[in-house]
Parts: sequence; C-alpha cells; structure tokens
Amino acid sequence: MQLKHKAIAGTLESSDAQIILAPNDGGLHIDLTSSVYEQYGTQIKQLLQQVCHRLNIENANIRVVDKGALDCTLKARLETAYFRAIDQKVDINWEALS
Amino acid sequence: MTPERLRRTMIFLNTQRAALVKDAFVYQPDCVIFDLEDAVAQREKDAARIQLYHTLKDLDYQGIERWVRINALDSDLFQEDIRAAVAGGAEGIRLPKTETAEDVQMVADLVDQAEVAFNRPVGTTMVMAALESPLAILNAYEIATSSPRLMGIALSAGDYTRTMHAKRTVKGLELFGARSQLLLAARAAGVMAFDTVYTDTDDPQGFIDEVKMIRDLGFDGKSCISPKQIGITHDIFTPDPKEVLHAQHVIQAVQANEAKGVGVLTVDGKMVDIAWVEGAKRTLKLAKAAGSYRGDLV
Repeated sequence: MQLKHKAIAGTLESSDAQIILAPNDGGLHIDLTSSVYEQYGTQIKQLLQQVCHRLNIENANIRVVDKGALDCTLKARLETAYFRAIDQKVDINWEALS
Repeated sequence: MTPERLRRTMIFLNTQRAALVKDAFVYQPDCVIFDLEDAVAQREKDAARIQLYHTLKDLDYQGIERWVRINALDSDLFQEDIRAAVAGGAEGIRLPKTETAEDVQMVADLVDQAEVAFNRPVGTTMVMAALESPLAILNAYEIATSSPRLMGIALSAGDYTRTMHAKRTVKGLELFGARSQLLLAARAAGVMAFDTVYTDTDDPQGFIDEVKMIRDLGFDGKSCISPKQIGITHDIFTPDPKEVLHAQHVIQAVQANEAKGVGVLTVDGKMVDIAWVEGAKRTLKLAKAAGSYRGDLV
C-alpha cells in the first residue's frame, strides 16, 4: 500500500531504534546510523530491506538511528512506522509480519 | 490447566520498551506478563503490540510462561491485542478490570476466533482474570468458573483500593476481605490464585512479610514489578528441607498405618490423620516442581 505521509516509530533509548519513514517517488533509500554499524550494518540493512519487501514498500526514504536493537525490535519499529504511514490501526495481518 | 506448573512469580514487563523485553528471561521468573495496558503510553499502543508480536515469535524465553496483559474491555484496543497475542503464540492472556463472567466469556470467544485465524490449536491459550473492583470481588466465583480457558484469578490492588475508598498500607489490612474472597472463589472453582504487586521496591522486608502472608493464606504466586522480587518470592514459596521431610513422614506414616486400621497417629511429635495427606502431597509437588524433591511419593 502507498505511504500516505511521513511517520516515525521507536526511541533513542539503548536497545531500541528510531525509524522515520517518508514516501518518495524514486525507490528505496535507507540511511542507517548505528552504534554497531561496523559489525552489523550490512545485516541491519538487509533486514530492513526484507521487511520493506514483505510490506511492498518500494518508494520510501527510511532514516534509521539504531541503538543496538535486536532484529525483532528493528522489524517492529519499521512495521509500526509503516502502519502509521498508511493509517492502519487494526486488522493487521500478523502472520505476514513473520 | 496444569496445577503442578509453578507460577510463583509473574513479572510485568512494559512492552513499549525494547530494553525490558529483550532478555527478561535471565531473571528466571516462572512467568512474564508483557504489558500492553497501563504501562504503555496511549500513543505507543500500536508500537507495543507489534513489539509484542515479534518478541513472542523471535525470542526464546527458555520455557518461561509468557502472558499478555491486554487493554481493558472499555477500550477499542483489546480485540487487536488478543489477535497479536494469539498470533504470536502467547501461552495466556491476562484480562484487566474483569467484573463479570461475561467479560471472560467475551475474551474467550475472541481467543477462539484468533486461534482459528492463526492456525493455533483451539483451546490452548489460557486466560487469567484480574479482579480490581468491589463488583469483581463479589463476582469472583462466577468469574473463576466462567470458562475452561480460565487458569486463575488475580487481585489487582491499585484500582481495588481506589474503588473501595481505602488506603494502601504496609500490613495490607485493607485487602484482607478481597484476598480472602478471591482465594475462596479460586479454591472452590479449582483455579489458581495470584496476589497483587508490592509497589515499594525499596522495602525488601515489607515485601518479604507480604509474600509470607499470602503464601500462608494459600495464594499460588505473586505479581512482581522488579527482578529483585523474584528470588525472594521463589525462596518463600519453595518448601524448605524440614517441610519436605515432614511431608514425606506424614505420607509414609499414614500409608503404613492405613492397612492396620489406624486413622490417627503421631508424626514428628504432631498429631496427624488422613486429612493431612493432601497438604503433604501438595508440599511435595511444589518441592518437586521447584527441583528440591526427587522422590516418588508424588
């Protein structure tokens, strides 16, 4: 589904990540800042791309500030931003988020 | 329901906060309660719910029972909370502010639907009802017998004392009626009973005194808010070696004298009869579940 507007999710607390998702017309751009970028930057970007693929997000600017979040939190924050950006609050297809 | 399953401690975790849910299993509580209700800010309810789902799906809680406190039935949030919890595979759902049997049945129906929708075995997700008002306490038995899914009932003192116009005290006299009524209902219904949280985490002696009191009253466990409370509660709820030994003596003595037609006898200097056996077996089952008894009397 097309993103309707910019949305933000998460915090800058340790073990969390803050994600800002904004619609654009020119593909997917991920800007990652991470306290563990050296070790995990590539994997984090791959994970975020997988989530975008599952959610059919093709055109978006994604700014991520990661504070050492686990994969489950990174996925959760991006999905939260996505559902906020499309104004969906209920009837989540939970199994599709796995 | 599995009565021998230890549920001495249930620690609340604010699901909004990633740092709290990522590794709470290291504290080794018997159960965790992922909170979607009071601890979560209104504007972060969606974030907490999605964090919940992935925590349930992705993290290994090493056999610790995972419960989800959903939002109350007067919100527009609880339906999706139930769907997320069931889809994620939570062992149980804790319903706050339960007032009637119908409240539990409504949740049980939604759990039924979610289990079908997300391909989970129907009937496997338990429900626990938190009683937080005078009406809830008066309806405790009806609530406790409202659904085969109901594993137990729990007292929640914050709202209860507020609605009773009472004050929380260290001794807890203001909760005496509620604790007694809740226990009577739970035992009559054959479900478990859990006590409320002790909110002063800087008063270990007060906490110890309260846990001993609720253990002696007959509660199965206590809701916790701090990892510091877990070990203390486990120690108090686990029978000590002297109690375990006495329980073995009671069972062995009653069994040995049964054939002789002797109904009343003396064990370790105390008079016992057949009525003591059930309590002794319960002590041994608790000790066995906690790993401090490995015999075969239970």
